[in-house]
Amino acid sequence: MRVVVDLTRCQGYGQCAFAAPDVFRMARNEALMYELNPDDSRRAQVLRAAAACPVQALVVDELGPLPAQASGHGRMPERVVIVGASLAGLRAAATLRRQGFRGSLTLIGDEPDRPYDRPPLSKQVLTGQVNAQQTLLPRRGELHAKWLLGTPATGLDLAAKQVLLADGRRVGYDRLLIATGVRARPWPNPAEAALDGVFVLRDSHDAALLHDRLAGGVNRVLVIGGGFNGSEIASVCRDMGLAVTLVDRGPAPLTGALGGVVGAIAADIQREHGVDLRCGVTAAALEGDGAGRLRGARLSDGSTVEADVAVVALGAERNVGWLAGSGLAAGVWGVGCDAGCRAFNVNGIVCDDVFVAGDVARFPHPVYGYQFLTLEHWGNAMAQAQVAAHNMIAASSDLWPHLSLPVFWSAQFGLNIKSVGVPTFADEVVFTQGSVADRRFVAVYGYHGRITAAVTFDQAMWLDFYRDLIEQAAPFPPTFDMVGKPGKVQPVPAEVPQRISALHDATVVVTGHDPAERRATLVTAGPGRAD
Amino acid sequence: MPDGNAYDQFLDYANRANPYRLFPELRKTPVARQPDGSYVVSTYDEIVSLLHDPRVSSDLRNVPEIAAIALPPEHAPQLPPEFIRRDPPDHDRLRSLAMKYFGPPHSPDRISRLTPRIDRIVTDLIDGLAGRTRIDIVDDFAYPLPVTVICELLGVPKADEQRLHAWSQLLVGTNDPTTGTIVERNRRRFETMAELGRYFDDLVEAHLRDPGDDLLSALATDGEMARPDLLSTAGLLFVAGHETTVNLVTNGMLTLLRHPDVLERLRHEPELVVTAVEELLRYEPPIQMPGPRRTALADIDIGGTTIPKGSVIVLVLASGSRDPERFPDPDRFDPDRRDNQHLGFGGGIHYCFGAPLARTETQIALTELVGRLVNPRLVTDPPPYRHPPNLRGPEHLLVDVDRVEPVTRARAGG
Ligand SMILES: Cc1cc2nc3c(=O)[nH]c(=O)nc-3n(C[C@H](O)[C@H](O)[C@H](O)COP(=O)(O)OP(=O)(O)OC[C@H]3O[C@@H](n4cnc5c(N)ncnc54)[C@H](O)[C@@H]3O)c2cc1C
Ligand code: HEM
Ligand code: SF4
Repeated sequence: MRVVVDLTRCQGYGQCAFAAPDVFRMARNEALMYELNPDDSRRAQVLRAAAACPVQALVVDELGPLPAQASGHGRMPERVVIVGASLAGLRAAATLRRQGFRGSLTLIGDEPDRPYDRPPLSKQVLTGQVNAQQTLLPRRGELHAKWLLGTPATGLDLAAKQVLLADGRRVGYDRLLIATGVRARPWPNPAEAALDGVFVLRDSHDAALLHDRLAGGVNRVLVIGGGFNGSEIASVCRDMGLAVTLVDRGPAPLTGALGGVVGAIAADIQREHGVDLRCGVTAAALEGDGAGRLRGARLSDGSTVEADVAVVALGAERNVGWLAGSGLAAGVWGVGCDAGCRAFNVNGIVCDDVFVAGDVARFPHPVYGYQFLTLEHWGNAMAQAQVAAHNMIAASSDLWPHLSLPVFWSAQFGLNIKSVGVPTFADEVVFTQGSVADRRFVAVYGYHGRITAAVTFDQAMWLDFYRDLIEQAAPFPPTFDMVGKPGKVQPVPAEVPQRISALHDATVVVTGHDPAERRATLVTAGPGRAD
Repeated sequence: MPDGNAYDQFLDYANRANPYRLFPELRKTPVARQPDGSYVVSTYDEIVSLLHDPRVSSDLRNVPEIAAIALPPEHAPQLPPEFIRRDPPDHDRLRSLAMKYFGPPHSPDRISRLTPRIDRIVTDLIDGLAGRTRIDIVDDFAYPLPVTVICELLGVPKADEQRLHAWSQLLVGTNDPTTGTIVERNRRRFETMAELGRYFDDLVEAHLRDPGDDLLSALATDGEMARPDLLSTAGLLFVAGHETTVNLVTNGMLTLLRHPDVLERLRHEPELVVTAVEELLRYEPPIQMPGPRRTALADIDIGGTTIPKGSVIVLVLASGSRDPERFPDPDRFDPDRRDNQHLGFGGGIHYCFGAPLARTETQIALTELVGRLVNPRLVTDPPPYRHPPNLRGPEHLLVDVDRVEPVTRARAGG
């Protein structure tokens, strides 16, 4: 059977681990490691776990027809085509059916597999708890879709409304969803990248190869890049007892996503767990042993690292190559779209029949000064795909805006790290609850006197409170008393990497829970600093 | 109608059999100020939000008169509040220390390994009913079951159960808002906890001399929890394990007898019990509201009102679980209900510690009762209720049966 935990919702209550200890395991307090495709003999256990989850975060297979809601839609298209058959694509397909779309549905994906979940690839799969082929996403009912798998799309003809396939076929659509995600940025030197022992990690094939190599025993792993992916890989290596060196060009790991203050904590955690962490340096060259096998790397500071495995975790590139020349606003930044997920053409005008969702999308977020964001977040792909699917078949008077605040989680070094909002949209940060020393804390980010993000380490139960504060454009720093407030509450500079500066006054509040009722409202004067 | 009215009616014993019909009125003011200055919260979103609001404390020592309570020497030593009445970081620390021997991450299968033992206890209790045609579900079954389980788990000798039961009842009374002011009730609580503490202190000494496979022995031997906290925790677990599951099992049987179609389905679809128990926690929750112990650490704007700093906050979980804004057709008992994020076990950091145990006990109990009681019929409907409005459940639940099926027949048939 198949199960996936919506870790965006999960608050670490552990009820699933009580009910089905063979399938769900808590590493330390909150970080949940689980099997996605447990044996059918575990079905009763898993269903008990699903019923027990206090936030109903478990999604299990639902067989049989989808319970379609009554359709009150204006202009139902006949043919919907989705390019990219992964998380966002599958979610959109299920939403379309649930919302009453009965026309033909085609999913085009270049990977051979049915949609599977990627986050476990740098976690349970690398440790070997879960097989790389066993992270298939649950079926949410019978989709009645045509699956063109192992079939890359190579072009898009906007005028003819056709997707071009590698084998020369053309697939016509009335509505198109682009959900082609991203791929791992490869090591820039192709000869070095081809050395045996050099890996990237994006798909299940990558994960299988890397796991096999790690499990076979290695002397030292070099992880190049200290983002979430690189840090998680380093964590798994330490779990497996492997020596690991992590290099990051910034002052500390995770700085690009969480700023330097929380990054410094992440650095301490990595060192405590025995990672040989080298910050402020880059890998300059990978070196082979003459037989095509990786021997080590030369770093920008002139030092060398001997390693027989290197994992290149330098971020991602958007899968937009197939859209070259199509007339859409597609480039290294992703595919531009409006808050209703409608793609922009190169002139910045929205198309009514082409939609975008997931990691490949670049969309404006009202809460962040209408800046365009690209998010490589599981929760964003889910939420955005749902909005896109709705809008694909909705009357123009009933379009939903994609207004979810970004939510992210990561499991590393036994910790559950979660964030809500955009932590890099900040000038200051303050620790409001818990203890940094205990590695259980809440960090709140502020920009020009309002709260813009919060990050929790093993404190996920408080996250929704801060989400609400962000949505209300609440003043920063929070001055009220709270449980678990540390002795000293003093904002410090957030040390976020240079970014486009935000507008000062364009502040909105967001209301509503369901995607159908979420709305942003402009607040004319931004709330000032509380002091 | 003044704000306090629906809440007062809810507290009134006359409404114990059916508090639910009062909730629509109560929810008209989601956050309602009471004459004593406390705030009663009755709608789902507002309750969930406050359960996760760090400006809400569970430590009544924020109330100066309660902080000032110092027991006279004959009552000493006074125990520290149990972790249900503490805030982080102490709450989190004590709860994880207790969790070490109860659940994940350290003892993930402690509760699931209890299943055969709970099965046995249930089977023995029902075997003991053989030959009877009238049963009191409470005294004959729903009370002894969780008590036996919690005594074994904690390492409390069965022989002491009577004595402990009296203390447990006194403590439950101190949560009941109809039995005095919050200060008076907390004074009584400290007194009773002190007595209970002396009992557990002796027990812990005995376990240290001769440790068993139980929770108290484990907590005492590892020594990480200071002794006074250990005694408070023992008291908390004993009372919580003692006074709640009895009501869920009893409410469960009552609800099934009122919904014979579901009872019949359970006979043939035993797996239905899983979602049926969740629905019971929504529909007939044993804890209608936690004893009033939350206070606002800051002014809190919620539900169109501001709860001023220092106010006592009362969360009527049972009303939230019947909120039509959250649950379609909330007054219908629907064992197949999906998306059932009920509030039966609370939420946030104080989410019920014993939930996995309570679920297991109730699932097994209802499956076996339904499987082995032949043609069960309610003798009186509604049954007589115990006094407290917050910890609500029948005093007795008399059921007539044609006979009690022996275990092998029932299993083979099911
Ligand atoms: C190792 C790893 C760990 C992660 N961990 C976390 C985490 O802890 N928390 C979190 O929030 N997020 C995490 N993520 C991110 C999360 O997995 C992504 O946000 C999510 O997969 C995005 O889904 P998507 O459908 O938009 O894109 P993808 O999953 O990238 O899917 C895009 C699909 O489109 C296909 N495709 C591309 N081009 C074409 C083409 N031309 N024709 C046909 N098909 C094409 C791709 O092969 C792929 O199957 C992780 C990702 C990885 C790789
Ligand atoms: C059906 C049975 C039960 C119900 C309905 C129930 C309900 C609840 C509720 C609603 C809370 C939250 C209180 C609050 O937030 O103020 C709670 C807390 C708690 N329960 Fe239960 N409970 C049950 C059984 C048990 C059992 C069997 C145990 C012990 C083994 C237990 C131990 C606890 C403890 C220790 C807490 C406090 C948790 C904390 O503060 O962190 N409960 N319970
Ligand atoms: S919130 Fe749900 S999924 Fe997360 S640990 Fe708890 S029970 Fe499991």
